[in-house]
Amino acid sequence: MTTTAAPPIRARRQRSRRAVTNPRDRARYAIRRYPLLPALIFTIVVTQLPFVVTIWYSLQRYNLYHPDRNGFAWFHNYAVIFEDSTFREALLNTVVLTAVPVLLSLLLGLLIAILLDRKVFGRTLLRTLIISPFLVMPAAASLVWKFTMLDPVFGMLNWVLTPFGVHHVDWINTHPKATIITVLTWQWTPFMVLILLAGLQSQSHDILEAAALDGAGTVRIFRYFTLPHLRQYMELGIVLGTIYLVQAFDAIFMITSGGPGVTTTNIPYYLYEVAFRSFDIGRASAMGVVVVVLTIAISTAALRTVFRLFSDEGMSGR
Amino acid sequence: MTSIPAPAGTPVHLGERPAAARRKPRRFTPGRLLLGLLTWLIILLFFFPVAWMALTGFKQEKDAATTPPRVVFTPTLSQYSSAFDKGVSYLVNSVFTTVVSTLIVLLLALPAAYALSIAPVRNWRDSLFFFISTKMLPVAGAIIPLYIIAKNLHVLDHRVTLVVLYTSLNLPIAVWMLRSFLLEIPVDIFEAARVDGASLLRQLRSVVLPLISPGAAATALICFIFAWNEFFLAVNLTTTTAATVPVYLVSFQTGEGQFWAHLCAGATLACLPVLIAGWAAQDKLVRGLSMGAVK
Repeated sequence: MTTTAAPPIRARRQRSRRAVTNPRDRARYAIRRYPLLPALIFTIVVTQLPFVVTIWYSLQRYNLYHPDRNGFAWFHNYAVIFEDSTFREALLNTVVLTAVPVLLSLLLGLLIAILLDRKVFGRTLLRTLIISPFLVMPAAASLVWKFTMLDPVFGMLNWVLTPFGVHHVDWINTHPKATIITVLTWQWTPFMVLILLAGLQSQSHDILEAAALDGAGTVRIFRYFTLPHLRQYMELGIVLGTIYLVQAFDAIFMITSGGPGVTTTNIPYYLYEVAFRSFDIGRASAMGVVVVVLTIAISTAALRTVFRLFSDEGMSGR
Repeated sequence: MTSIPAPAGTPVHLGERPAAARRKPRRFTPGRLLLGLLTWLIILLFFFPVAWMALTGFKQEKDAATTPPRVVFTPTLSQYSSAFDKGVSYLVNSVFTTVVSTLIVLLLALPAAYALSIAPVRNWRDSLFFFISTKMLPVAGAIIPLYIIAKNLHVLDHRVTLVVLYTSLNLPIAVWMLRSFLLEIPVDIFEAARVDGASLLRQLRSVVLPLISPGAAATALICFIFAWNEFFLAVNLTTTTAATVPVYLVSFQTGEGQFWAHLCAGATLACLPVLIAGWAAQDKLVRGLSMGAVK
């Protein structure tokens, strides 16, 4: 069925919505599903089946240390979790250790992207340097931060701050949350820089020049032209950054082991501890279910943002 | 260049561009210089830990943990060579799991992205949401059943387990990225190919594949980065045989005695492949991360 003018994809899809009445059309649209099926089936099997198993285990009293006590316990595990103050604290820590790095790296990333959008000397080299914290293995970077940067006696940070009267501060133990936030922000700022730089460079320079010729100052141009244009890029950065930072594990495992106490224990680390240190499968499974339900509830709001990113034209800016 | 009419009363310079467009800013005003220096300062600060990590790998242990930190020292290659010797099997495992999982991701994601963009299924939005929603659920929530299933299937400490799981971790992002790259291809190209009588397979091979290869390369790079650096699953589901490079780093976690130089050498080697790939393919990295928004 050819047409003389190439129809945009949206028109094509609307036409398809009405036309699926006769068997031939239905067959044609059924065929379209085939390329999707391998990826879909693979994802369902690998992600949804384990979740069903998690629910099954969450209803049982199942501890690898005490196999004699295994058996059905229905909602006992859930009751235990909701009375567990550590779990509540882990939830709170997860919110803090996700939101702060995301926002800080967004702001820093914006600043650096603005600086890089100009004709700076050695711009390509600068871009190469700035993406390095994102490419470096988080586990490796965490170790380097833990020892060479933050060590109380030999660490770089203490040495640099000595002229300011700082002596042998044990950053990791006295400021654990700040440490983790710093390391995570350091890792994810380059990510934001790249996304926002792409946004800045995709601005229409004609419009900016026209505004400048009309007498608009730099700040006004930024506020009324650049920021609205950057909005979808910032949203993309926030969504992707949150998805990954909610699961932050490497830095906490390597630097603080969740401590001191439970000050830097977030949900992934707490799940790891309960499952692999106390071997309480039932309780860990119940926690996993609760986390999944909470994430679904929260990400419904996030998905509405993602909805807007899924416009037919992608992000090519129409 | 712009089409703004001159206000009434402005003398008209025939054949000349408006003065504002003609005047070029001087290159070295103090403001520009200061901003340039600021840019360099901030970025060097960010890069410093990476540079220090690589540098410390060349030190002997006695030069590694000192106060004040030593920049001048007698370099040695012994740390890097011993780290490499100890880490070779981990490197091999990492290369295997990363490359194989990335290949499988591309194999699965490309047709799926095609079915969600160019020849879309009826419920493409639902399918896309489903893929993305699997990324929003923390892996930590699934680690217990994964561990138990792997244990019962006797695939704990097997590379295949990691390959399968890394594929499932990267698939949603790959589908999302490839879809946005495919959407950039002008529809006319497909119409032209179809009018020319090419079958669907032929269309795909000679039209879609060449156009999508930069986007596919960008996606492969992103998958490579995330799979290589993945820590949580590797640490929990492998011990010796299938252990990847991140697991090798765990042995440094609670170090005693002098080990900083050795640690930094090992850490630098661990980061090297992804660093080189990312540096070499910077443009692809940007395209991938911004979902193809930058041409």
